[in-house]
Amino acid sequence: MSVSAYKAPAPGDAAVIFDGVSKHFAASGKSGGFTALDNVSLSVGRGSITGIIGRSGAGKSTLIRLVNGLEKPTGGKVLVDGVDVGALDAAGLRDLRRSVGMIFQHFNLLSSRTVFGNVALPLEIAGMDKHAIEKRVRPLLDLVGLADKHGRYPSELSGGQKQRIGIARALATEPKLLLSDEATSALDPETTQSILELLKRINADLGLTVLLITHEMEVVKAVTSDVAVIDHGRIVERGHTFDVFTHPKHETTRAMLSGLPGSKLPDAVSRALKPQATTGDRAVVRLTFFGAAAERPLISQLIKSVGAEVNIIAGTIDEIGGRPYGSLVVAYGADAETAGRAERFFTENGLVTEVLGYVA
Amino acid sequence: MSPDILLKIWGATLDTLYMVAAAGLIGSLIGLPIGVFLATSGKGELFPAPMTNRIVGLIVNAARSTPFIILVVAIIPFTRLLTGTSIGTKAAIVPLTIATIPFVARLVEAAIREIDKGLIEAARAMGATPMQIVFKVLLAEARPALTMALTMTAVSLIGYSAMVGAVGGGGLGDLGIRYGYQRFMPDVMLVVVIVLIVLVQLVQSAGDGLARRFDRRSRKN
Repeated sequence: MSVSAYKAPAPGDAAVIFDGVSKHFAASGKSGGFTALDNVSLSVGRGSITGIIGRSGAGKSTLIRLVNGLEKPTGGKVLVDGVDVGALDAAGLRDLRRSVGMIFQHFNLLSSRTVFGNVALPLEIAGMDKHAIEKRVRPLLDLVGLADKHGRYPSELSGGQKQRIGIARALATEPKLLLSDEATSALDPETTQSILELLKRINADLGLTVLLITHEMEVVKAVTSDVAVIDHGRIVERGHTFDVFTHPKHETTRAMLSGLPGSKLPDAVSRALKPQATTGDRAVVRLTFFGAAAERPLISQLIKSVGAEVNIIAGTIDEIGGRPYGSLVVAYGADAETAGRAERFFTENGLVTEVLGYVA
Repeated sequence: MSPDILLKIWGATLDTLYMVAAAGLIGSLIGLPIGVFLATSGKGELFPAPMTNRIVGLIVNAARSTPFIILVVAIIPFTRLLTGTSIGTKAAIVPLTIATIPFVARLVEAAIREIDKGLIEAARAMGATPMQIVFKVLLAEARPALTMALTMTAVSLIGYSAMVGAVGGGGLGDLGIRYGYQRFMPDVMLVVVIVLIVLVQLVQSAGDGLARRFDRRSRKN
């Protein structure tokens, strides 16, 4: 199983292109200047769900706001469907924004408007007449499963319902691109999953490109096809989500992945880990397997070929971007003979391994 | 109390209501846009004009810190220019209006600044013009707070209108001073005060009720 080399979408296939984009906030008052984005180049494939993940303060909020011109870059260009956002005048920018939907962490619904009124707002802004608005809003409420709530006010809805209204509102002007700004960060895990399912569905059914930013690896894992990792205003890693998750290259990516359940070693083991083996120690090894390897009886074969005891310390079987993926941490004798046999077995079976350390 | 006095109290009540309504209406119509301007013209806001914002802010502060009774006297020439007189109910409307404008402006500014910036960002992301943001987002979302602000304005105006009585402005205050105080008729003074209390209570309850109806932020089922 080899990792396919990542190829950025060709310019013609890109919904959004960041071309050497920088954003520097000038010093004001007490705070000094601050570089939020440093020469970022990235393209977002049309029809993809692309995730940008980073810790807070990494620059992802600024990055997504450049797409619909809520922020202006201080260097470089942002192209949306080939149009240079920075070159648009106020009217041109408003037209662009009407073709790009956006959803927010805190939903940003108007408390004074009903569910219907909130979804109708972008259409009123676009100057659509009442009758046409009515016709457009009803199916949207059906799509997000809240048709029965059309006369309710946001304060009467749960967080997940509010975000569904946010999504319906973002889709009202029939955009080709949806920007999601930490849309699930204020929601509980279960609601997060249902919102992500909805995003997946509209991506598939409407052919909508989704660009989402998040600090949650779970979100990236669950819905995105492509991911970029941002750290200190720079893109440090970029690729298909499956490849980035199974072969993280950058330290930041690894650090963020280590928080995922199944990736973490039990505390007792991680405390006892030593970098060097002494006689009688056991090696702790992470095996990553996917594709055909995930379906073979690897453990029993491993035990047979190693010819010694094998402990399972941690493990998870999961799906990333729809592809099965397993991660297993095992321990076996660190002596040269056992280790040699194990290595041969791993090579023969095309398993990716990483020696984490040794325990007594 | 003679029927004559009762009739006078009734007439004075109508005068007070007339002054409060006229000054409140005109003052709010002028104060509202000024308040919106103050709340939206700072650096990086919808209609950025930081210099004008500061100048308007200074004028508003100056007007607000001038004691009302001094304002009444100070603008007599202006009052005379507008109404042809400096005495009576009609003349009193001028200083009352002038005092209402900065009062309303600051309350409106505060009401609008309360609105979550995320809503403005969401509207911008929808392609709204600044004017659409003012009317469809800011004024709509601030409606409960604006209702409270206008209620406060009306209550203050009832108080101020009693003060213009001191300079011959007419209305309940005027009646209270001339009959209750200068002619030693404490019963008239008492009735005047009671009428004022009742007026304030009515205005406040009406305002509270309206604000509650507009407020959808935490409605219970």
